[in-house]
Amino acid sequence: MRSDGTISIWFFIGISLLVNGLLICGAGLYQLSHPPAAKVVLYDLHANVWWGGILLVIGLLYCVRYNPARR
Amino acid sequence: MATITGDRLVRLAPVDLVIVVFYFVLVLAIGFYLKGRSNTGEDFFLAGREMTAWIAGLSFLSANLGALELMGWAAASYQYGILAAHWYWIGAIPAMLFLGLVMMPFYYISKTHSVPGYLKLRFGEASRALSAISFAFMTVLMSGINMYAMALVMKVVLGWDINFSIWISSITVAIYVTLGGLRSAIFNEVLQFILIWAGALLIPILGLIEAGGWKALQLKVAQNASVEYTHLWSTLGSFKDNPMGIHWTGIVFGLGFVISFAYWTTDFLVVQRVLAAKDLRAAKMAPIIGAAFKMFVPFIVILPGLLGLAVLPMKLTGEAAAVASHGHSYNEVLPLMLARYCGPGLLGLGITALIAGFMSGMAGNVSAFSTVWTYDIYKALIKKKATDAHYVLMGRWSTMLGVLISIGTAYLVMQFLSIMDYVQALFSFFVAPLFGTVILGMLWKRATAAGGFGGLLAGTVSSIGMWAWVRHYPSALRFVALSSNAKDMAENMYRGLWSWIICVVVTVVVSMVTTSKPESELVGLVYGATEIASEAQVPLYHKPVFWAVVVTIVFVALNIIFW
Repeated sequence: MRSDGTISIWFFIGISLLVNGLLICGAGLYQLSHPPAAKVVLYDLHANVWWGGILLVIGLLYCVRYNPARR
Repeated sequence: MATITGDRLVRLAPVDLVIVVFYFVLVLAIGFYLKGRSNTGEDFFLAGREMTAWIAGLSFLSANLGALELMGWAAASYQYGILAAHWYWIGAIPAMLFLGLVMMPFYYISKTHSVPGYLKLRFGEASRALSAISFAFMTVLMSGINMYAMALVMKVVLGWDINFSIWISSITVAIYVTLGGLRSAIFNEVLQFILIWAGALLIPILGLIEAGGWKALQLKVAQNASVEYTHLWSTLGSFKDNPMGIHWTGIVFGLGFVISFAYWTTDFLVVQRVLAAKDLRAAKMAPIIGAAFKMFVPFIVILPGLLGLAVLPMKLTGEAAAVASHGHSYNEVLPLMLARYCGPGLLGLGITALIAGFMSGMAGNVSAFSTVWTYDIYKALIKKKATDAHYVLMGRWSTMLGVLISIGTAYLVMQFLSIMDYVQALFSFFVAPLFGTVILGMLWKRATAAGGFGGLLAGTVSSIGMWAWVRHYPSALRFVALSSNAKDMAENMYRGLWSWIICVVVTVVVSMVTTSKPESELVGLVYGATEIASEAQVPLYHKPVFWAVVVTIVFVALNIIFW
């Protein structure tokens, strides 16, 4: 929703996905260089790297598309 | 590193804590940002009636995606198998489509601010008072259940103090709903909806990879539990043939018709979100969009429960047995699956998804309570003439009051062992008879004020009576649920069905011997007396009925695939 100059809800969602994606992907990349002693099941798939990356990209797209400064 | 430790399921890494804290900061920021846009009653209680179909539809679904959905149904699917998916498919989709296509025009055109408000217009003050008071009672109980469930998860999963969890989450919800009203609740519900999917979707994906796909999962579930656990309909021919102890008539008529239609079409918690739509077409589309997403929620709720049966090394039990044996209960299946697959960061997002689910459910209850209390109890019964600003202020105070009562309720709920069955019992007390009253009011011009009130009262009292009867005399189960083999959920389904039938019969009989309103007073309230704008000129892909047909086709296909 965006009316009367309010910031769109999709912009808030973009920020949320962007920040979460950055943190998750970053944590995954750190694990690649510092593998933990106790690993989760399917650790070798490095889910936090690609899942965090997906969230980061979607968040970035939403932030750009619904950036209130663009209007 | 996410590890299972002695006193808690997992230990969060610093990055997980940052993600959880960031979520709290963001929802509070949204509340403060929207503070200046909730100054009138229309703004505070109906979000200015300016929501698009997508926002209203996602919020409609998210308000329902609370603690019970995430934790309770994952637990139920571990306990009862794929039968739990009935609550998402036949127990939701037809009713949501019916709300959008048939009932929304009357709710929307009547310009009511609540479901009890519609009853006032259609049947008079007595029906509104009965409905409003029972709804307010049920709502704070539901909110308390949400709080308790969340605090329990935080205690079991993270080792957090149960009081700390209850107070932190409830204060956060109180702040953002009090500041921004329904608009703030809706904004946050859409955010929470996205986070729930982002945080929970990895579990079924990784779970299916580990299990080796759906066919391999079925084989493992058959080995660890029973072959019936992965069949939706084929085991419902007899009460004894399925883990839930229910017959297909209970699922189709009790759940699919009465309980489901009652909840999705008359529970103000969800209907309020659709009333905030910007126009009638958006109001009709919102439940259809909600239904489309609802069909896929089992992927993140039911499937993890089934995967738990297949891959978890330990056997989960009921709450009491888990406490006695220091093991894990059904309710822990989702956190256990989170801990199994999610490393640093992902675990924080998964925990955030759970918290978001709990908070969206809680905010939904509190904002609906605030509206019904202010308009249908305070304004109707206590202070009839006051300024709009006064009622907005009352709305803010009642939001905080609702949170406080919910906190008290959360401590009471701790005494109950089975959260889910408790809630189903509540639904059948209040919501099932209400559906009988509302549907007759909307579709039958002859229904009278005395008939509406009498039916609602008889349905509610008879439902509570049947519940008490079975509690005191367990042998009565064979009369209420048609079988002494029926389990709690089956009993709730049939009790809802009987109370609805009693409500309808009493309403019809009393209406036939009392005088109905003239047709001129039913305009905008009843089918046959209301002119609804034609959609003949609207392109096919913009018509709600077109998308309802698409959703119906997918719904039928899913039931056949998992038969």
